[in-house]
Amino acid sequence: MTGTIDPTVINLVVFVLAVFVGYHVIWNVTPALHTPLMSVTNAISSVIIVGAILAAGPYETDFGSILGAVAVGLAAVNVFGGFLVTQRMLGMFKKKAPKAEKEKA
Amino acid sequence: MSANQLALWYLAASVLFILALKGLSSPVSARRGNLFGMIGMAIAVVVTLAVTKKVAFILVAAAIGGMVGAFVARRVQMTQMPELVAAMHSLVGMAAVLIAIAVVNNPATFGIPDPMPVGNRLELFIGSFIGAVTFSGSVIAFGKLAGLGKKFRLFSSAPVAFGGQHILNLALAIAMIGFGVAFFLAEGRAWAPFAAMLAVAFVLGVLIIIPIGGADMPVVISMLNSYSGWAAAGIGFSLNNTMLIIAGSLVGSSGAILSYIMCKAMNRSFISVIMGGFGAAEGTTAAGTGEKTVRSGSAEDAAFLLANAESVVIVPGYGLAVARAQHAVKEMAQKLIAKGVNVRYAIHPVAGRMPGHMNVLLAEAEVPYEQVFEMEDINGEFGTTDVVLVLGANDVVNPLAHEKGSAIYGMPILEAHKARTVLVNKRSMAAGYAGLDNPLFYMEKTMMVFGDAKKVVEDMVKAIE
Repeated sequence: MTGTIDPTVINLVVFVLAVFVGYHVIWNVTPALHTPLMSVTNAISSVIIVGAILAAGPYETDFGSILGAVAVGLAAVNVFGGFLVTQRMLGMFKKKAPKAEKEKA
Repeated sequence: MSANQLALWYLAASVLFILALKGLSSPVSARRGNLFGMIGMAIAVVVTLAVTKKVAFILVAAAIGGMVGAFVARRVQMTQMPELVAAMHSLVGMAAVLIAIAVVNNPATFGIPDPMPVGNRLELFIGSFIGAVTFSGSVIAFGKLAGLGKKFRLFSSAPVAFGGQHILNLALAIAMIGFGVAFFLAEGRAWAPFAAMLAVAFVLGVLIIIPIGGADMPVVISMLNSYSGWAAAGIGFSLNNTMLIIAGSLVGSSGAILSYIMCKAMNRSFISVIMGGFGAAEGTTAAGTGEKTVRSGSAEDAAFLLANAESVVIVPGYGLAVARAQHAVKEMAQKLIAKGVNVRYAIHPVAGRMPGHMNVLLAEAEVPYEQVFEMEDINGEFGTTDVVLVLGANDVVNPLAHEKGSAIYGMPILEAHKARTVLVNKRSMAAGYAGLDNPLFYMEKTMMVFGDAKKVVEDMVKAIE
């Protein structure tokens, strides 16, 4: 038992625990909000933009960094689109008397 | 910023993503949850930009994409949500593929030793093939959901099946894994096997989705949601980025659970949905027993029944979404409520083309969510309901599900047939997705109201005075 732990092993630990967290959190989502769940998970999975930023990052612009920039653009569509459309949908789930609220606003 | 600081910021973002999903347990906390998600994303992007060099170049790319995303998010119709979600899945898949190519091109950019260790290559292979399958599969799903089938047969919402399909898919999957093995056994930048693997994965994504028919779309879209998460997690593994792994796993398990819920609501196994072709074979056999009579009436007759009922349950289906009748339905319900009728909505989990589709449409029409009930909460109440109004739904109210030997035996249904009177709006007597006749339509207490859902409901609104 000597030496450092391989990063892949640490990744695997994180992965397994995250799947468990996901499993328990998702079962608590109310079925009425399953469509917003899909759009917000879309937005969250586009955190892959972080990888795209790293790809686009280096000083010299080459094949890889151009692909990275394209990936940044694609992921950004999802980041903005995903969160905003979720917000818009959630804004529609209102309690009673939505009319009264509108008149106040 | 040190690598440790970066990792801690990523941890904060990961926790915020978990809170975003946790918020969805109720409509009240959901909006705050979404805000947490946005903050998490902002943290993730800002700290990553802080460690990169060409910030302006990246911001331009992000601004272009962001403007497109914001524009679409504002303009999209709620009836178009399924295709929007499919389109967004495809973007995540494509981004994963592009990042994977950039990693192969220059691993050092990502802090990965060059030449890449075998472990990273394995992870990269997994992330990129899932990304590629997600991309092409989602493009097909988008086409099917957006109704592009008339222009391109590939996008037909009916299952596209051909002989030897499953064997071809299996062969392609084996070929893809073979190229993957060649990729991670090769020295240096093994472009040839990597490119071949990606090409096969793109084709496979198309072939997996084309045999799956329209009403199975809730499963497909959940499955692709799951894939997009696993693709992100796979890229996270190859970049040693724990935040990507966590976010990807959350999304992956979310999609997997939704797929499971959808399959269960149809009493079908995941495998049988994925194998596809359901409804294509049986479609012809069920029709032809046209001896039975149906009673049909006008919208005015239906309105009379509704206005004189004490309790009404509305069962919306895909037909309501196609006709965009949700606002008309809300108007009608309001008129009935003003007359003292107890109006509720009953939602089957697979009604529509994606999980929660009907709920969003009703929410858009400003139906208060207290009036909207899930299947298990309202099924016990049909027996004491005066009138059930079925709008463009079929299989989800088919009593054959209770009869042994029928194709949908065991599928949980909304028990509309237990109500005193049943009104069914459909465009024609055509069988539903499962290709089965529906005995509900021939019951003595059932009255069919033929026509487009929106037109019919609007006529009902006029008739209720």
